[in-house]
Amino acid sequence: MILFEFVSFELLRVVWWLLLGVLLIAFAMTDGFDMGTGALLPFVARTDVERRVVINTVGPVWEGNQVWFILGGGSIFAAWPPLYAVSFSGFYLAMFTILAALILRPVGFKYRSKRDDPRWRTAWDWALFAGGAVPALIFGVAVGNVLQGVPFRLTDDLMPIYEGTFYGKFLGLLNPFALLAGIVSFSMLLMHGAAWLALKTEGDIARRARTYGTAAGAVAIGGFALAGLWLAFGVEGYRLVNPAITDGPSNPLYSEVARDTSWLAAYSTRPWIVIAPILGFVGMTMALLKLRGAGEVSALLWSKLGILGVISSVGLTMFPFILPSSIDPRSSLTVWDSSSSHMTLFVMLVVTAIFLPLILAYTAWVYKVLWGKVTEDDVTSNSNNVY
Amino acid sequence: MEIGVVELSRLQFAMTAMYHFLFVPLTLGLSVIVAIMETVYVMTDRPIWRQMTKFWGTLFGINFVLGVATGITMEFQFGMNWSYYSHYVGDIFGAPLAIEGLMAFFLEATFVGLFFFGWDKLTKLQHMVVAWLVAVGSNFSALWILIANGWMQNPVGAAFNPETMRMEMTSFAEVLFNPVAQAKFVHTVSAGYVTAAVFVLGVSAWYLLKGRHIELARRSIAVAASFGLASALSVVVLGDESGYTAGESQKMKIAALEAMWETEPAPASFTLFGIPDQEARETKYAIHIPWVMGLIGTRSLTEEIPGIGQLEEENAEKIRNGLIAYDALLTLRQERDQTPQDVRDRFEAHSDDLGHALLLKRYVDDPRDATDEQIAQAAADTVPRVWPLFWAFRIMVGLGFTFIGVMTYFFYRANFKQMRFPRPALWLAVCIIPTPWIAAEMGWIVAEFGRQPWTVDGILPTALSVSHLSVADVLITLIGFMLFYSVLFVVEIGLMLKYIRKGPVEDVEETDAWTSRHIQRLSTSGEDPAALAAPAPQPAE
Repeated sequence: MILFEFVSFELLRVVWWLLLGVLLIAFAMTDGFDMGTGALLPFVARTDVERRVVINTVGPVWEGNQVWFILGGGSIFAAWPPLYAVSFSGFYLAMFTILAALILRPVGFKYRSKRDDPRWRTAWDWALFAGGAVPALIFGVAVGNVLQGVPFRLTDDLMPIYEGTFYGKFLGLLNPFALLAGIVSFSMLLMHGAAWLALKTEGDIARRARTYGTAAGAVAIGGFALAGLWLAFGVEGYRLVNPAITDGPSNPLYSEVARDTSWLAAYSTRPWIVIAPILGFVGMTMALLKLRGAGEVSALLWSKLGILGVISSVGLTMFPFILPSSIDPRSSLTVWDSSSSHMTLFVMLVVTAIFLPLILAYTAWVYKVLWGKVTEDDVTSNSNNVY
Repeated sequence: MEIGVVELSRLQFAMTAMYHFLFVPLTLGLSVIVAIMETVYVMTDRPIWRQMTKFWGTLFGINFVLGVATGITMEFQFGMNWSYYSHYVGDIFGAPLAIEGLMAFFLEATFVGLFFFGWDKLTKLQHMVVAWLVAVGSNFSALWILIANGWMQNPVGAAFNPETMRMEMTSFAEVLFNPVAQAKFVHTVSAGYVTAAVFVLGVSAWYLLKGRHIELARRSIAVAASFGLASALSVVVLGDESGYTAGESQKMKIAALEAMWETEPAPASFTLFGIPDQEARETKYAIHIPWVMGLIGTRSLTEEIPGIGQLEEENAEKIRNGLIAYDALLTLRQERDQTPQDVRDRFEAHSDDLGHALLLKRYVDDPRDATDEQIAQAAADTVPRVWPLFWAFRIMVGLGFTFIGVMTYFFYRANFKQMRFPRPALWLAVCIIPTPWIAAEMGWIVAEFGRQPWTVDGILPTALSVSHLSVADVLITLIGFMLFYSVLFVVEIGLMLKYIRKGPVEDVEETDAWTSRHIQRLSTSGEDPAALAAPAPQPAE
């Protein structure tokens, strides 16, 4: 197949870097409100029927939303194999914790209302809480660690090696900056879940959701600003020493990397990227205001814009780095040296170009069919089919 | 054997994958059976078929959710526990996994919600389409994961790139149309259909034995027996196809599961029974059927199937060839563009055997320092443990033929004996419910245990594929998964039994009214009403 050479390796790498962002953002925008809703569940809904209403707002859609996460994993494997290899094994116990929490979710949704025992139901309510809150927190913690560099190096065989004891690796993740990043992602998704509930429920639940959502939004905005300041003064950035070879073989060891700059230097070399944090602040602030007011669809949309801004801030600030190494900067993974081969990137782009629009189309149709508020009556009158 | 990260990682992968595959086959088959039932409902407008769709749909849902939940682990475990594998073959292996997400997971996961929540929101026809989309999505996902797995068994369409120290794709079409993958796909999907057919048959038989939900049970048996018979035939025929394609690509696996210690003159005989003795390299108490193995493995009477001893010698030779490639690789990596042409040529000539040199990494850091004994040891490592394969294969095949027998019998009784089923036959149907799961797990043992010591056959040894983790890391997650999965298993089985005991609970009045009218109509039109009423056996209590 010679066809793939029509699209340059360099362009394909940038496109796949963008697609990686698209998948992560789509995941946060859709499954983000499922996680936020789960984390809010025990607090915005007090009675059993209220809790069923909350669960059933996401009941028909969480499963499709979660696929953004699975697809994110699959696409990293296909397009960025070194990133897949280094990150998931480096964050081993953190990943296990995320998986355990995410496994609780499907089971909790499906099984909670299949028995009448109140203890059974309460137990699953807290499982759903964990299934939402734990990943929302850890994803942010992981991003916080990536910005500071992760303790790995690559051998000459390109085998990833990590430093530190196993508990050190796990507890070392919980450093102050990473925890701040965790708080940002957690509160951001909490606000997103609240915006979803404000749209899909009415009465007490919606009112409580707005209260929690407003508070979470304020924390997210403050945390995002603080993280920006911290990044400016307290975290070292990385840079490529020599001009990047953008179409060379994917071998991270071929490039020289220095750790003597600030991540925010990117804003002087590429000033236009300031649009990303601005979108983050504007989106979250407007979402907060709409939650305080009476906005329904608008609160959710602004919240999505805020998520877009926050996540793309991280990506654009770090470009071309995707996973810097704290102990051996040369091993750092960048867009130019840790992708799949030219052919694989091309084949996967063709497949994505065919299926992604289809996915968006039928997902939109499903949301349209399910449009409208979920009421207590919906749950009680259709008890066998809903959660 | 010393228990290290490699052994624990293998144990964890085997456990989580086999656990995942407790739910997958039923999802594959039941999604199709439910869609068939709903299609009958849409075509005939008979409420009993809607009741059946909803009832089996509920059981499908309880099972589906654990398939999804345990599937999350699978998607990330390659990176977590097998990071060198992920780096080394991600360029090829990652693609089908990502396509699986794009093409299959989104389809099934997006529409499965609508299947349960959409009964009042969709037209009948729309809802039926949704049911089919769930079934198609599930089955597509099996296609892509088996293309990925098929590549591990028969790595086509890829070449090693010394600059990136990994395998890279040279032909997507070859990966896609890998004959091993195609045979595996149809074999696995058919196995899923058989599983669901046996499940529906068994549960329905139990209702007939208890005298409950007679109309639902009889129609369900009719669907399950026809669907099951076709699938059981397909699973055996395609299993044979798998054997044939494996014979082409994985000679050692075939030799091991046949306990063929030495090459036999063609056509080789099939060992029906025996006790393989790995130490002595002989099979005790063997009962042979002449010719059969030669026919399965080569589809000829003259071609030889190589035995274990011969293959081991060939592998020792490949290791020595691989060392030449390894030596050239180190120069290539050092000199890059300046590498002399003769080194390049040497690498090209022997790069197919590079993986065999990597087998030595277990014993020496630099394979080029290996002694003759270590080479012999590495060649001996290419012989998998024979007895688990030998027996897993025989249990699987024996059960496969049993399913053909059972399904034929029920198909015959359902279609030609007015649905009259003797009670012992019904009890048999109940008792064999767990067996398709056993057959499926045995199949995976044959496929994956038989691939050892490789993760990718001839390319990357298992011992080299793992992540740089501590024993404590893997022990924590292994125990964590075991405890967590055990709890989920108990919860799942409990709910399954609860909803089976409960039976169909929806649209009961409407369905019962229609059923009695229907029986009435049949009896006045001259048909034998007993044909419908009689087979209802007395409740056992």
